[in-house]
Amino acid sequence: MADIWLQFILTIDATCRLSAPLILCAMAGLFSERSGIIDISLEGKMLMAAFVAATIASLTGSAWMALISAVCVSVGLSLIHGFACITHKGNQVVSGLAINILASGLSVTLAIAIFAQGGLTPLLSKSERFLSIIFPFAHDIGSFFGLGTIYRELLSGHNFLVWLAFFSVFVTSFILFQTSFGLRLRAVGENPEAVDTAGISVSSTRYQAVIITGILCGLAGTYLSVAHGAGFVREMTAGKGYIALAALIFGNWRPLPVLLACCMFGFLDAVATRLQGVDIFGLGQIPTDLILVLPYLLTVIVLAGFIGTSRPPQALGVPYVKER
Amino acid sequence: MPVSPLPKWADICLLPLINLSAAFIVSGCIIALIGENPFVAMGVMFKGAFIYKGAFGYTLYYATNFIFTGLAVAVAFHAMLFNIGGEGQAMIGGLGIGLIILACESFFPPFFVILLAIIFAGCFGAIWGFIPGYLQAKRGSHIVITTIMFNFIAASLLVWLLAGPLIAPGQMSPETRSFAEGIKLAQIHDILAVMGIKIAPTPLNISFLFAIFACFCVWILIWHTKLGYIIRVIGHSSRAAIYAGHNATHIIVITMAISGGLAGLMSLNEILGVQGRVILNFTSGYGFTGIAVALMGRNHPLGIFCACLLFGALYQGGAELDFAFQTITRDMVLMIQGLIILFSGAFAYLFRPALEKLFWRVSIWVSKRRHNG
Repeated sequence: MADIWLQFILTIDATCRLSAPLILCAMAGLFSERSGIIDISLEGKMLMAAFVAATIASLTGSAWMALISAVCVSVGLSLIHGFACITHKGNQVVSGLAINILASGLSVTLAIAIFAQGGLTPLLSKSERFLSIIFPFAHDIGSFFGLGTIYRELLSGHNFLVWLAFFSVFVTSFILFQTSFGLRLRAVGENPEAVDTAGISVSSTRYQAVIITGILCGLAGTYLSVAHGAGFVREMTAGKGYIALAALIFGNWRPLPVLLACCMFGFLDAVATRLQGVDIFGLGQIPTDLILVLPYLLTVIVLAGFIGTSRPPQALGVPYVKER
Repeated sequence: MPVSPLPKWADICLLPLINLSAAFIVSGCIIALIGENPFVAMGVMFKGAFIYKGAFGYTLYYATNFIFTGLAVAVAFHAMLFNIGGEGQAMIGGLGIGLIILACESFFPPFFVILLAIIFAGCFGAIWGFIPGYLQAKRGSHIVITTIMFNFIAASLLVWLLAGPLIAPGQMSPETRSFAEGIKLAQIHDILAVMGIKIAPTPLNISFLFAIFACFCVWILIWHTKLGYIIRVIGHSSRAAIYAGHNATHIIVITMAISGGLAGLMSLNEILGVQGRVILNFTSGYGFTGIAVALMGRNHPLGIFCACLLFGALYQGGAELDFAFQTITRDMVLMIQGLIILFSGAFAYLFRPALEKLFWRVSIWVSKRRHNG
């Protein structure tokens, strides 16, 4: 019994670790899409941020420098996307795709040029990464009706970026729904003409949203290579940006449902590895691929309207042209 | 001050060339940044793509893949549908080829089996394009997102099938058993050898001729048939099409099915022309290159063909770059591809105002000279 409880807590623990980058990316996408800019390039920004974070951590030895530079690079890519979409009213999907492909190629090219290790960055030592924060008495606390296990495994031992990820959901919710900046941002995504008539610049609001997107994606990328992992590997993000996009759609563009969607997708990821080769109640072995494909399948089902109605921001994907 | 619009030739040829040059200039800067000489690199790429023995054959072999995926994206784009699912549709097309050949290769003569394979490649790809199209038309699900998701679903499906039910007996790597002897598309160098012309052996096979034929068919379809006309009307304004009495749902679904079918045919080149069995990841990003090619070629088969030659040269030249330089790998090609998509797609009209001004200034100068002299 205690063993099942431990396994369950450990799975939830793994879920937290695996959903942290998804949550940060999804919140990033939330800001962008709520202001009306489709952002397919979450993947590319996260990948580039992961590469830059690992590189700077390796070269300077400081995880915080890595964080700052990754955020800067991610904001830079965001601004390119914003420039293409907002100022030049280009095709937002194409711009996002271009940044993804560019990031894939550029990260490996630069990694080879700087480190000559076939696309990897050197393995980071403990001092160059963000380490787990162990709560006091975590190792000594006993089982104590199962609560001790929660304290020891689930609450203690995450690094601060995981806590930041969960905290960012509440910050996002507060900014979007309790501040006037958030109101303007949401209005720009629903009806930019009205906002323009009220005298507020649609482009600068969208640029601000896109910069916040860059910051959050930079944090997500840093987490992957400097906190969760110990260096950059080619294609490190492995589609997490697309899963974050799927979670965003699944959560109907609202922070708390998006958080739950990210946790569910993270849970599926955690469970997929654990259930490999395990017989379930006579159903036989569940193929890992089926579990891993569930996020995408569920998103399509949600998009098709079979689970509630999908309500995207009204002006999503439509470049705003100021009428004279 | 009023500025006259660009002449047609400038809009179709000059602007894409300028966008391309901008992409290459930025790539050159990055090459210089990593310590290599960009001009030497470009020279190596050019020689690797066209000059060395067998290079042009490889270039055309890569171009064949891009022609199919590019046509797929272009056909859908004429109806203002963004088909990003070329990867997934090609994978499922390849799966279709594998299934039909493995099922009936011993029962029919090779020619008939290959014919069946072509039909199944197209049909399976069409189904994988049909479903997102249906969801867009009937349920309003944004086709971009559904096609992205379907790419991942197709990849997972392929992995599961190749590592499980379809795996060749007695081996570990996830691929089917090889097709029987003789079930392979004829290689161009063999055909030319029979005619007396000797060229270096390359993977170029007759699917290249199918690709050219597909270009021609798409041109006829979009600009010379009623269906193509309706597709273009839907692309410009679906409301106008509905007002004229056409069924927008049907047309969207048919367009996506044709698009998926074209992408599915891409797998002919890889699976039937080169590999001889279904392997993992045989599409290796060609679906996304198709998007780049369609953007560069302005969704017209002739433009797509030229753009595919360029990208084929890029890929083959990239392989040569990888070989010649220690610091550069094929990922450099990915980077250049991303930059080309960025400049041709997102920044397509970045240089247009400057170009329009230039043309206007030149026309004023020309008319002044004509007036004075």
